Amino acid sequence: MKTIKPICLFFILAVVLCSCKNETKETQTSTTETNAPSEKTGQAFIQDDEGTPNCLQIALNSPDHKTLVAAVQAAQVENALVNVGPLTVFAPTDEAFAALPEGTVEDLVKPENKATLANILKYHVTPGNLSTTILSKLKKLGQANNQYVQIEIIDGKPVIGGANIIASVKAGNGIVHVVDKVLLPPSEESN
Amino acid sequence: MKNILKSAVAILSILVAFTSCNNSSKSGGKSGALAGNVAEKVYVAPGEHDEFYAFISGGFSGQLSVYGLPSGRLFKVIPVFSQDAEKAYGYNEETKPMLNTSHGFVPWDDSHHPDISQTNGVIDGRWVFINGNNTPRIAKIDLSTFETTEIIEVPNSAGNHSSSFVTENTEYVVAGTRFSIPIPQKDMPIKDYKGNFKGALSFISVDPEHGHMDIKFQLIMPGFDYDLAHPGRGASHGWFFFSTYNSEEASTLLEVNASQNDKDFIAAVNWKKIEEYVNNGGGTMMPANYAHNVYDESTHTAKSTMKKEVLVVNPADVPGAVYLLPTPKSPHGCDVDPSGEYIVGNGKLSANLTVHSFTKMLNAIADKKIAGDAYGIPILNFEDVLAGVVEQPGLGPLHTEFDGKGNAYTTFFISSEVVKWKLGTWEVVDRQPCYYSVGHLMIPGGNSQKPFGKYVVAMNKITKDRYLPTGPEVTQSAQLYDISGEKMELLLDFPTVGEPHYAAGCPADLIKPRSKKIFKLEDNNHPYAAKSEADTKVVRDGNVVHIYMTTIRSHFAPDNIEGIKVGDKVYFHITNLEQDYDVPHGVSIIGANTSELLIMPGQTETFVWEPKQVGVWPFYCTDFCSALHQEMQGYVRVSPANSNTPLKWSLGEDIE
Repeated sequence: MKTIKPICLFFILAVVLCSCKNETKETQTSTTETNAPSEKTGQAFIQDDEGTPNCLQIALNSPDHKTLVAAVQAAQVENALVNVGPLTVFAPTDEAFAALPEGTVEDLVKPENKATLANILKYHVTPGNLSTTILSKLKKLGQANNQYVQIEIIDGKPVIGGANIIASVKAGNGIVHVVDKVLLPPSEESN
Repeated sequence: MKNILKSAVAILSILVAFTSCNNSSKSGGKSGALAGNVAEKVYVAPGEHDEFYAFISGGFSGQLSVYGLPSGRLFKVIPVFSQDAEKAYGYNEETKPMLNTSHGFVPWDDSHHPDISQTNGVIDGRWVFINGNNTPRIAKIDLSTFETTEIIEVPNSAGNHSSSFVTENTEYVVAGTRFSIPIPQKDMPIKDYKGNFKGALSFISVDPEHGHMDIKFQLIMPGFDYDLAHPGRGASHGWFFFSTYNSEEASTLLEVNASQNDKDFIAAVNWKKIEEYVNNGGGTMMPANYAHNVYDESTHTAKSTMKKEVLVVNPADVPGAVYLLPTPKSPHGCDVDPSGEYIVGNGKLSANLTVHSFTKMLNAIADKKIAGDAYGIPILNFEDVLAGVVEQPGLGPLHTEFDGKGNAYTTFFISSEVVKWKLGTWEVVDRQPCYYSVGHLMIPGGNSQKPFGKYVVAMNKITKDRYLPTGPEVTQSAQLYDISGEKMELLLDFPTVGEPHYAAGCPADLIKPRSKKIFKLEDNNHPYAAKSEADTKVVRDGNVVHIYMTTIRSHFAPDNIEGIKVGDKVYFHITNLEQDYDVPHGVSIIGANTSELLIMPGQTETFVWEPKQVGVWPFYCTDFCSALHQEMQGYVRVSPANSNTPLKWSLGEDIE
């Protein structure tokens, strides 16, 4: 019965937010620029409080991933993270984003940089459910933006493109590895 | 729990904020003037017919469903690889042999890729072929009766997935193995897979008149996984293209170990060259054991024959017949455009689509530009055969179809969308979301020189919240898009039978005029047919009893039978004497350990009853046939095993 409260809250929010004027939403950039469907519908919409949280829900639920969540929303790639997958998501902490040169994040979340941001985010996603044990056996990963990230083994642990795995959380649709560094895609195709 | 809820609320409210405005111009919207327009586009008025047939496989249901487009109405589920109690398929004596295999009776399979027969590169609507994955089989369905009339088992194959695609004149229906295995099978350690397991690509010839299938040859390829395939057409007619993954030849944790190579291959097979080689005595006949099951429409009975050998060809023995085209990241779909020039590799772990050029491939071969070899099969240079790349159209490309107007449509599993792009310029033109996790898609005539580019059907693996919930298992679905304009428009969601894995479609007019209405009684050559009530009888042979029975509105003949004993094996051979369209009769008897029979006009079907209890047991018509359907019934008297009750039968008078 505890569920009633948040559900009500949701409906209230939904009603409030639905009533906004049509102009409030800026026209989206050309549909060909993004990999996610331009329409904000899809599995990210589904209310499901029974299953194991998916990769997106884990990030949303984490106090240490506010920047990542903001970035995902700015790039509109939510649906890519709630898909049946399986997905391996490397989730940089707020601290990792903060370590980027000043102004980088602010720049990336600007609407005109949506494609660049989406590309960076997809560089944090691998198709497949890869535990640290499996990661330790691999030399590189093919990421969702079509580029590769290298894996080194340091002190017996897999280090992904220079990022250490701080924690790993099993998700309903794969696994989230919390990392201490933002992965930046190489400027040239590595293959 | 609370946290999850809170976050769920947060997500939803954010998403609502993002989406609640400015939706009115979006296709597929649920309200507004447009919705009415969309409804009109899929509305087929009562009594009207749909414009297209769609044959949508049932995946794990093992069957093939027939739908109409654009309405999405379901007309029939054709039983193919799975028993169907509704139609007695695989239950009655006549069709049990259809499911015979070298492993015995196998009453289920995983039906995947229907493909309609072609003449001169155009869909002809005579037959539809479909593969069974699990116990490798290819079935042929006759589109005059919409019944499965032939199934051939494929030896040396496992996980028959790269199937069942037809060449331009239905010379062959082709079946490639997904799993490589020891050929011939033997007891050996799994770890010795690499270099020892092989993959068979089977070319099954199709008799142009009857459609009878026969394995002409099997090409024994390296131990990769062969995923999907399509024939060349036009200029590339005579070639066949197979996508491969697991070129790593891993046997465990393939989700990781088969994704290590940057590129796998599309295997290009010049089947005309191999055919010539075989016709000149090439290849090796090897011992095998596989079932060939043929249903004869005149006897209404299937016969299973075990075949004992198969012709195998080593690609190394036919130089110039097979080449490998490097293709990024575990390509799934391997699709050839209507002109036959472009071969699209849908690298499912790639964000790009790779398109190869048939002309460039021929040039590279002519110029002997060989990059290396795999087990003696020449590998061409990726750059030499590449026509173009569609850059980052989506995540997880799976399958591409064509509209015949220069456009291609690709499904993306991970990003859950259909993307329209232009052949030649490789630019993305439009994209529409799928709800959710779309697999294959279908444009009627898509696998031919002449697609009918009016609609595309996308088949989804997951629906979650799209329909009224039905517990943990919810329906899978298909979605219909109008592709007649520059932008695609979502018209309709409709639920499907089983997993809508793959589909083939064609204009209804190709099939409709040839659809059979009845079976002519005079052509019925069933050995136990009774073609009139005068021919009905009951014959005992030891403890086996044959009942030659007929049905007509609204009675069975005979309908009283005595002299049956506990321990008998009673065969009910029922001939439906009706010669009127759409008047089948059904029958079953209390305690029968099998399904009902559903007998079409002019047809004979048989079920077996082994009575275990003394008594007088009723049987009745199970298909509502007429105003006096409820009167259509009868009795069988079952006496003790050692009784002397004489064998007698009657209709309309008492047994004295």
